[in-house]
Amino acid sequence: MALLDIRDLRVEFPSRRGHVVAIENLTLKLEPGEILGVVGESGAGKSTIGNAVLGLLEPPGKVTGGEIYVQGRRLDTLPEESKREVRGREIGMIFQDPLTSLDPLKTIERQLIDTIDCHLQVTREEARRRAVALIEAVGIPEPEIRIKQYPHQFSGGMRQRVVIALALCAEPDLVIADEPTTALDVSVQAQILDLMKDLCKSRKVGMILITHDMGVIAQTADRICVMYRGRVMETGRTREVIDAPTHDYTKSLISAVPRTDRRVRRFPLVTYIEAASAKPPEIDLETHWLGKARDFGEHRDVLLRVSDLEMRFVTRNAIFERDRRYLQAVDSVGFEIKTGEVFGLVGESGSGKSTIARLITGIYKPTAGRIEFAGADLTAFKSRREAAPWRRQTQMVFQDPHASLNGRMRVSDIIAEPIRFHRLAATNAETDRIVCDLLDVVGLGAAAAKRFPHEFSGGQRQRISIARALATRPRFLICDEPTSALDVSIQAQILNLLKDLQEQLQLTMLFISHDLPVIGQMCDRVGVMRHGKLLEVADTEKLFHSPENDYTAHLLDLMPTLS
Amino acid sequence: MTHSIPPSDVQVPAGRLRQILEGDVFHSFSKSLVTVVSAVVIVVLVAGALFAPLLAPHDPYDLTTISLLDASKPPVPLQGSDPRFLLGTDDQGRDVLSTIMYGARISLAVGFSAVLFAIVLGVTLGLVSGYLGGRLDAVIMRIADIQLSFPSILIALLVDGISRPLIGRESHENIAIFVLIFAIGISSWVQYARTVRSSTLVEREKEYVQAAQVIGIGPALILWRHILPNVMGPVLVIATIDLAIAIITEATLSFLGVGVPPTTPSLGTLIRIGNDYLFSGEWWITIFPAVLLVILVLAINLLGDWLRDALNPKLR
Repeated sequence: MALLDIRDLRVEFPSRRGHVVAIENLTLKLEPGEILGVVGESGAGKSTIGNAVLGLLEPPGKVTGGEIYVQGRRLDTLPEESKREVRGREIGMIFQDPLTSLDPLKTIERQLIDTIDCHLQVTREEARRRAVALIEAVGIPEPEIRIKQYPHQFSGGMRQRVVIALALCAEPDLVIADEPTTALDVSVQAQILDLMKDLCKSRKVGMILITHDMGVIAQTADRICVMYRGRVMETGRTREVIDAPTHDYTKSLISAVPRTDRRVRRFPLVTYIEAASAKPPEIDLETHWLGKARDFGEHRDVLLRVSDLEMRFVTRNAIFERDRRYLQAVDSVGFEIKTGEVFGLVGESGSGKSTIARLITGIYKPTAGRIEFAGADLTAFKSRREAAPWRRQTQMVFQDPHASLNGRMRVSDIIAEPIRFHRLAATNAETDRIVCDLLDVVGLGAAAAKRFPHEFSGGQRQRISIARALATRPRFLICDEPTSALDVSIQAQILNLLKDLQEQLQLTMLFISHDLPVIGQMCDRVGVMRHGKLLEVADTEKLFHSPENDYTAHLLDLMPTLS
Repeated sequence: MTHSIPPSDVQVPAGRLRQILEGDVFHSFSKSLVTVVSAVVIVVLVAGALFAPLLAPHDPYDLTTISLLDASKPPVPLQGSDPRFLLGTDDQGRDVLSTIMYGARISLAVGFSAVLFAIVLGVTLGLVSGYLGGRLDAVIMRIADIQLSFPSILIALLVDGISRPLIGRESHENIAIFVLIFAIGISSWVQYARTVRSSTLVEREKEYVQAAQVIGIGPALILWRHILPNVMGPVLVIATIDLAIAIITEATLSFLGVGVPPTTPSLGTLIRIGNDYLFSGEWWITIFPAVLLVILVLAINLLGDWLRDALNPKLR
C-alpha cells in the first residue's frame, strides 16, 4: 500500500470569468521513505497539490474530481474537523519562508511541545524530551539552551531547521515541503537539503518536495514529477528524467538551466513554453537613435573605478555618537570596470552587492570612498543638476519586476519619462517614436505602449524595465539580480536579450547575482563579495576553475548541478 | 461553463468605461443592495441641494414671497396645512422644504470644501514627512500628535472663536463660511497626514521609486508623479467617512451658533432655530432638517464602509 495515493485529481478555482483549472488529471504515488520532487514553473499548480492534500486550498479553490488517499484512508471527503487531526499528525508541512512560518511570540519549546501535545498522547515531560531530541536531530547545537529562545534569535537557515523539526514533531508519515530552500542562501540550502534527505531516509518518512529549481531536485529527489499548467508532463526516476527526458517540455526546461561547465554564446530558447521572441532587430549604431548623439564622448580603458568605498547604515539612531549603532554594508571595496566589459558581482544575501549598485547610481551616498566614472568623481557633486549628465549615462535594471514599475502609469509614460526628463527628444511625436522603437528592441512590440504594467507577466515587465533603462541611451548598465524573480525559461530569454543588447550597443555592464551559473554565463570578470568585503576579483574562467579564495571555492562546491 | 484560462492570455476589455463596468469594484458595488441604495440617496440629495434654485417651490431668501400669514403651518396631511407648503412653514412663514434644500446646499458645500482642504494639507504634509523623514518628519508628526490629543470639535470652536475678534464683526458675516471651512479642515488633516505618511514609508522603498531616482528625478516630482497616485486609495476611503463627520461638525457648530450666519442657514442652523419651537408644538421645523441630516450622513457612511472593503484586496 502506497503512503500517498492521488488518483485523477482535479482542482478548480471558480471565478466570475470562468473556472480556472489549477490541476487536471493528476495521478501520483509515494512510498514510505521516498522523496518525490515536483518541479515546474510558476503557475504550474505545484503548490496547489500540497494544499489539496492538506485540505488547505485557498477559497474559492476546491477539489472537483479524483481521490486522495493517505495510507489507504480517503482524505478529500473527510469533514474539516477530521482533516485538522490529519494535518500535523499524519502530514507535516514545511513552508517556503522561515521568517513568517514561526510564531514570533512563542519560544521554540512552546511551539514544539504544543504541537506534540495536540497530536500525541504523551506526558508533558515526554513531550519536552522529544522536542529537545528533535532540535538536536535537525542539527541545532546546544539544544537545551536554544529551545528556550524565540524565533528572532535564530538565523534564516536555523529557523528553517526549526520549521523542519516542527513538521516532524508529531511523527507524521508524510511531509510536504513547498520550496523549502528558495528563501535561503546556497550554503544554507545545501545543508538543509542534506538534513531533509537524511531525516526522510532514517525515519521512513515520505516527502513531496515542491520546487522550481532543477538543481535542488536533482540532488535530493528519488523520483521527479514535471508539471506544466496543471498537468503532469513526465514522471520517472530522477536520473532517468534528467539524463534522458522524453517529454519536450522537460527537455526545454533542462536546457534552460544555465550550464556550469562551459560558457555558451546564447542560451537555448525554451520554445515550448512561450513563443520566444526572435533576436531583436539588428541595430546600426551609426544611424539608430540608440547610437545617435552618444554625446558623452569616447572613453577608453577604465570606465568605472571604485576605490575604498564604505557604506554604513544607522541601525539605531541617538543624539550621542557613542549610542548609535551601525551596519557596515560595504567595507573598503575597490574595483575597476573596463569599457565594454561585463563585470559580475556575486555573493550571498546581505553581502553588500545591491548596496554597491545603489551607491554607483547615487540612490545612496557613500560614507567614504571615491566612485570615478569616465574620469569624473561621482561622489563630489554638490547638486542634482550638476550630476544629471553623469546620472544619464548609468542606468539600472531592478530585481523585482512587480515593484520596479509604477502600476499607475502606462508603459509609454514609464519609458518616456527619462526621455522627457533629460530632454532627449525635441517633440512629443519623436518621443512616441522612440518609445515604440525601444519596445521593439526589447522584443515586446509597439502595441504594449498603451497598456498598464499589471497586464504583463514577470518576464515581459522585466523587458519594459530594460527599455526604460535604455531610454537615456546609457553606456553603463547595472543589472541587479535581473532574473532571480523569474522562471528558468524566462530567465534564458532575458539573459539572451541582455547579452544581445550589450554587444550591439557596446554597453559596459555591472551584473549582480547570487546565482553562480548565471554569473558564469554572463560575465567576463567576477568579484566575490561576503559581509561587505570584496574577497576576490578574477576572470570568469579562472575563478570557476581555480579560485584563490577559500570562500569562493566553497561557493563553487555548493553550486547545485544537474549531474 | 468550464474552461481553463492560462495566465499569459487573460482577456483585458478595451475602453475605460467597459473596464470599470467589468471590474471587481463595480461588481461588488452592484452586489450590495445597501450600497446601491446609499448611492441613490446621496445622488438625489446632492442633486436636490445643487439645483435648489430650480427645484425648490419657494425662495426662502426672497422676503417679498414670505408672508407672516403663512407662519407655523403644519406639514400636509395634518389639520390646518396648506398644500403649497408640503413640509409646513416656520414661524416667519418660510417653506420648510425649501429652507432644507437651500440649507443642505450650505452644509454640503462646507463639508466638501473642508474635506478638500484637509486632504490637500494632510496629504502634502504626509508625503513630505514620509519621504524626507528626519527632523522635519519628527516636527510634523509631533504637531499632529498634539492636535490629536484635542477633540476636533474643540479645535474647530477654537479657530472660529479666535477668528471673530481678529476679523471684526462686520466682515465676519461675509467670510464666516470660509472661516468655518478652515476650522473644520484644520481639525481633521491629521488622519490624512498619518495615513499617507505610513503608505509613503512603504512606497519609497519600492524599486520603481529607486528607478526614478536613477533617472535623476528630484524629490518633488517623484512625490507628485510616482508616490502620490499610489497612496491615494486609503485617502479616498477616509475622505468619504470624513465628509460625513465634516457635515456633522458644521451642523454642530451652527447649532451652537458659531457657524454660518443666520441669514444663510445651513441644516444645523435650521435645527437650532426649530429647537426653540419644539415645545410649543411646531416639531416639523426642527425634525425635518434633522432627519435629512441623519439620512445624508448615514448614506455617506455606508458608502464609505463599502468603499473601504471594496478597495481592500484581502476582503474581496
